[in-house]
Amino acid sequence: MVPISYYLILSAVLFGLGVIGFVFKRNIITIFMAIELMLNAVNLAFVAFSREFNQLDGLIFVFFVIVVAAAEAAVGLAIVMVIARNRKSLNVEDVNLLKF
Amino acid sequence: MFILNHLWIILALPLAGSMLTLLAGRHWPQKYVNISSVGFVVLAFLSYCELLREFFVLNPASPIIKDYFTWMTAGNFRVDFALQVDQLTIVMLGVVTFVGMLIHIYSVGYMAHEEGYYRFFAEMNLFMFFMLTLVMAANLVLMFVGWEGVGLCSYLLISFFFQKKSAADAGKKAFITTRIGDFGFTLGILMAFWTFGSIDYKTMFATAANMPVEGMHQWGVLTSICLLLLAGAVGKSAQLPLYVWLPDAMEGPTPVSALIHAATMVTAGVYMVARMNILFSHAPAAMLAVAIIGGATALYAATIGLAQNDIKKVLAYSTISQLGYMFLACGVGAYAAGIFHLMTHAFFKALLFLAAGSVIHAMGGQQDMQHMGGLRKKIPWTFGTMLVATLAISGAPLFAGFFSKDEILFDAYAGPNANMALYVVGIVAALLTACYMFRLIFLTFYGKPRYDEHHVHVHESPRVMLVPLVILAILSVIGGWFVLPTYWGGKDYFQGFLDPVFASSTALAAKMHPAWTEPPHSLELTMAAIAVGIAFIGFLIAWYLYIRKPALPNKLANAFGPVYKLLLNKYYVDELYGAVIIGPLIWISRNVLWKVIDVGLIDGTVNGLAFLSRESGSGLRRIQSGNTRSYAAWIVIGAVAVTVFFVWMVR
Repeated sequence: MVPISYYLILSAVLFGLGVIGFVFKRNIITIFMAIELMLNAVNLAFVAFSREFNQLDGLIFVFFVIVVAAAEAAVGLAIVMVIARNRKSLNVEDVNLLKF
Repeated sequence: MFILNHLWIILALPLAGSMLTLLAGRHWPQKYVNISSVGFVVLAFLSYCELLREFFVLNPASPIIKDYFTWMTAGNFRVDFALQVDQLTIVMLGVVTFVGMLIHIYSVGYMAHEEGYYRFFAEMNLFMFFMLTLVMAANLVLMFVGWEGVGLCSYLLISFFFQKKSAADAGKKAFITTRIGDFGFTLGILMAFWTFGSIDYKTMFATAANMPVEGMHQWGVLTSICLLLLAGAVGKSAQLPLYVWLPDAMEGPTPVSALIHAATMVTAGVYMVARMNILFSHAPAAMLAVAIIGGATALYAATIGLAQNDIKKVLAYSTISQLGYMFLACGVGAYAAGIFHLMTHAFFKALLFLAAGSVIHAMGGQQDMQHMGGLRKKIPWTFGTMLVATLAISGAPLFAGFFSKDEILFDAYAGPNANMALYVVGIVAALLTACYMFRLIFLTFYGKPRYDEHHVHVHESPRVMLVPLVILAILSVIGGWFVLPTYWGGKDYFQGFLDPVFASSTALAAKMHPAWTEPPHSLELTMAAIAVGIAFIGFLIAWYLYIRKPALPNKLANAFGPVYKLLLNKYYVDELYGAVIIGPLIWISRNVLWKVIDVGLIDGTVNGLAFLSRESGSGLRRIQSGNTRSYAAWIVIGAVAVTVFFVWMVR
């Protein structure tokens, strides 16, 4: 059986990649995917713990996260579509109207 | 036993009248207002009559208490909406409902041409409601509700002509001055609760009766309670030093002066002291304070009354003086005599005010006696009734005031708590009373007319005003005859009736003064003769000065210039209060409270907070850059910070 630390290290690596993408990428779609990556990194950690401790709580949380991620994808992609149409660009630097 | 079981009906009737008139009366013709307001007061009087019948059938030795609902509870503190009826309540209820009813009827004529007719009657009815609450309450807090309520109605009715500045000011003065006394009253209630664990009369009196009598020089808790309650009574009943509001209260319409500032509300203080008689009997120092305040006020106000020229002001000072008499009576332990004087005074003083109102009505609004004179033939009914009332207040034999005043003087001279100095003060005040009352009569009704006969058309008042005058005149004569049998060795029916209320105090007074014996009957007759003689001297002085030698008063005034000026200006007490209390208060309000506290502290705090949030906001808004990636960076930093914080916390 694979020890839990492997899963957690993978999860942390994925989460870190997600964070780096989230902060440094300029394409909105990429940022969006980075967020999904972070969510799924967390999911992986949940599932790993659930299996390690033989408890269902983690699995249930994963379902919630998937549901939220799906909803978020639906809303988020719609917003991305609108931005793309109005700005003719997917660069997040161009989306800067809402400020002081 | 319908009314006895439903005591609230007596309260509810005037309240219903008041609400109906107030809410619906604005566009009514006067006839409807008369029906709703006067009608409900008449109904209240009729239910009082029924109550009286039922009360005499039962003739209970202890108060009948009806507990309707609990008003509030907080820990041990519990106030019930409870009403009670005992002999003292019966007397007070009779005075309030009967005199109140007559004055309402009189007002129909007197107020007919005034603006705000419905408002006047709504407020008068409301006053009746609160006064009845005060009288029927079975605990101190409910009594305080009535107490403040009558104060409110007094304020509203004094400033009835609120567009006149002097009337509005007089209302405020009355309200604020009585509030000073009420501060003491409230503290007294709190202290009573603290001492007795209850503010129900029944519990309070039962507990107090078992407490030891406090010494004259060792003040205990009972003395403190009594002195605090006395402060409230002094404010409400216009005694020294808080009497200044009552003369100014004459700004109100005359029926208001008659009802509130002569017959009922101002006697609330006397009623309260009499109600608390067991407490006061256990606190001789407080009793002495009551007697001294009463005696001093009786004399003091009478001297001012000698030099006033406004017909209502004379009556106002006379009221203060007579209230002083009642306090004097309570202070020497003659509670029954005090209440007796309260009742007879309600009759003849209400009559005096109403008759004065009739005179003012006849003169077309003139109140200055220097511009009256010779009215006797022109308004004979008013003159006749006013003369009866004057005889009554001066103590002419067989008139109501004679019996009550005589009883007070007798108790001051020969009662258990007799005090020679107080007796002398009372006698001198009686002399002055006869003097200034006949001065009023002579100046108003005798001599030559001193008004412009071509412009002022003196006319007798309508019948609706005269009938109450005549009824009150009859009562001013026979109202004291309860006591008449004592003069041939019979029973004092009034005192006998009130005995269940005051018996324990009387017994206590007798126990405290073992050397005291019941004075012989002959002394009573001698005392009565002295009192009548004194009053007659007062009458003679007035007659000599104002009928025989009408030029003399002016000469006297010139000869004793400073004294006369002092009296005319009421000892400059208003000016003194203005300089010593009100002036500094205004100065502090303006220069400290306004310019320092309000502008500096309060405005400064509010403006400072606004400045702070505005400045910090304008700085912080830079964060809102519109750059999505910087938001992302902030989110990550925040998440890291939270994680680090929790990891560190778990360690």
